[in-house]
Amino acid sequence: MSLINWIDDRFPLSKVWNEHMAQYYAPKNFNFWYYFGALSLVVLVLQIVTGIILTMHYKPDADLAFASVEYIMRDVPAGWFVRYLHGVGASMFFLVVYLHMFRAMLYGSHRKPRELIWLLGMVIYVALMAEAFFGYLLPWGNMSYWGAQVIISLFGAIPVIGEPLAEWIRGDFVVSDATLNRFFAFHVILLPLLLALLVYLHIVALHKVGSNNPDGVDIKKNKDKDGHPVDGVPFHPYYTVKDTFGIAVFMTVFLGIVFFVPEFGGWFLEKDNFAPADILQTPPDIVPLWYLTPYYSILRAVTFEWLPGGAKLWGVIAMGAAIVMFFFLPWLDRAKVRSIRYRGWMYKTALTIFAVTFVMLGYLGTKNPGHVDLFVFENVIWAQIGLVLYFAFFLLMPIYTRFDPTKPEPDRVG
Amino acid sequence: MTMTMKTFINRLLLPVLCMLWAPAGVTAGGGNENLDSAYINLADKVSLRNGAHTFVNYCLSCHEASYMRYERMADDLGIDRETLKRDMMFAADKPGELMTVNMSDEDAKVWFGVVPPDLSLTARSRGPDWIYTYLRGFYRDEGTSTGWNNTLYPNVAMPHVLYQWEGMRKANFETSPNGAKVLAGYDQLSPGTMSAREYDSAIRDLTNFMVYLAEPAKLVRYRIGFWVMVFMLVFVGLSYLLKKEYWRDVH
Repeated sequence: MSLINWIDDRFPLSKVWNEHMAQYYAPKNFNFWYYFGALSLVVLVLQIVTGIILTMHYKPDADLAFASVEYIMRDVPAGWFVRYLHGVGASMFFLVVYLHMFRAMLYGSHRKPRELIWLLGMVIYVALMAEAFFGYLLPWGNMSYWGAQVIISLFGAIPVIGEPLAEWIRGDFVVSDATLNRFFAFHVILLPLLLALLVYLHIVALHKVGSNNPDGVDIKKNKDKDGHPVDGVPFHPYYTVKDTFGIAVFMTVFLGIVFFVPEFGGWFLEKDNFAPADILQTPPDIVPLWYLTPYYSILRAVTFEWLPGGAKLWGVIAMGAAIVMFFFLPWLDRAKVRSIRYRGWMYKTALTIFAVTFVMLGYLGTKNPGHVDLFVFENVIWAQIGLVLYFAFFLLMPIYTRFDPTKPEPDRVG
Repeated sequence: MTMTMKTFINRLLLPVLCMLWAPAGVTAGGGNENLDSAYINLADKVSLRNGAHTFVNYCLSCHEASYMRYERMADDLGIDRETLKRDMMFAADKPGELMTVNMSDEDAKVWFGVVPPDLSLTARSRGPDWIYTYLRGFYRDEGTSTGWNNTLYPNVAMPHVLYQWEGMRKANFETSPNGAKVLAGYDQLSPGTMSAREYDSAIRDLTNFMVYLAEPAKLVRYRIGFWVMVFMLVFVGLSYLLKKEYWRDVH
């Protein structure tokens, strides 16, 4: 292979390939939960490719944006397919990222020495939320418009600088053409660049320390005479073929949604967004899409006007704190073992309650706070219970993980 | 691994999906209104063509469908160019034009008090059952400026454009125990050119057309989707066999 040699003399092609694919040893016992990292990468690439095609036909102009989306849906060949891929892709992105994060919490992938991978992952998650929020304004539907109006107005709750800050973000007194233009710039340039960089760093950090596994034990402790982990297999071809299967299953579900239920009953594409933005027509219930609603629920759960600065300010603080909590996870967790397989009943109970709470908050975030959609109590009461459980999971973690009756970790993976 | 996946789907994914679906269905129906089902069937081309004729003759005089082109409609619904130009294009010269109207927004405000909304996407923003119920809910009401009112959309600015078909009706209301005004039924004041069944059928065709109008891709989406699913399932099978072959020597 003289071409490869020629390149290798000038660029570490074979070295990089070996370090990250052919000679990168991953634990052989990855289970179902370990597909979601690769799937996140697949969705990222899909979003970028479909996004580039959409950008060719979309017009970031308040007078033209809505019509240009319908032009894509009707006049651009296969435009509807590309747009549905991108719209459904946003929801699928969060679905796989949430499952990917939950995997880490199941098997302790955030624990030492992988704290930096977790932190980079959390920055990716926050960047992704920003990316989704900016992108959601672009179709210039009525829910796009009012969603942006509400979220930006949250900055107005900050004392003194709040209102000027909100105005600075919008570039106007209300969400307008100026806002649309800058959100377009953020959505198609700033955040994709940032995401690509962060994902690169996330993977570099992962390959430095090696992947965790469902047993949470270090496979590098047992190496064969060649210096390769006994319980590891080269990422390529073993995990490339396994992930290909996972991607095939995932894409079947994904494309099934795209072709048969692209609105997903209003959860992926809302009815109100099929009407153009109208400053005079506020939708009856302004709610973000499902992936942001757990935090929206926490924001709305703080209704105590007697708090200094008002309920809205503390709602915004609670919402911010809810996201920040995740960043501290590696240091809040004091257990001697990583994996849920060897943890005691305390962490298992806490994680179960947290998962249920997160889904419940997400559901409540799509509902009117004054209604009763669960049992007995109004939605806002359940959201307040959820808020307490949410923060208790993190803040009590140093205590319950320390006293949790854990089982000893095995020496090798099962 | 298959065990874990199965457990995951059964215990977690399915209940969550069911939970998500149930309330979404309620919102998709358009709130708490009682809507009649339009029984949409996009495979019924005769119904779609019939609805298209009603749409361009009656709706398109005031409302626009400004994201839709005449040509696309004709091609999708099997309408030849002669018929299109003769019977359907009243406000356009070329088949490639968009379905706009010649009324200015200022005139519309003077005549109706509001600009009639664009109807391209109404079937997606309000839902087909809403349209079907709304267009069958007009009644005479001397208290409004148009002389018409609507049971689904009280005091709507739009008059009953299709009254010659349906005839004139009076609505009877009664007060429910909790104080709400409830429709008790209609009295026919004067007959229309259609029977009640014929009118329902015409409105159903119109609604059917508006569902197509809101998303022309729907005519091909399911058909392509079926073959994509067939391909993907074969691909899933092959990729599984490949994975199994490679992993035989591990463990």
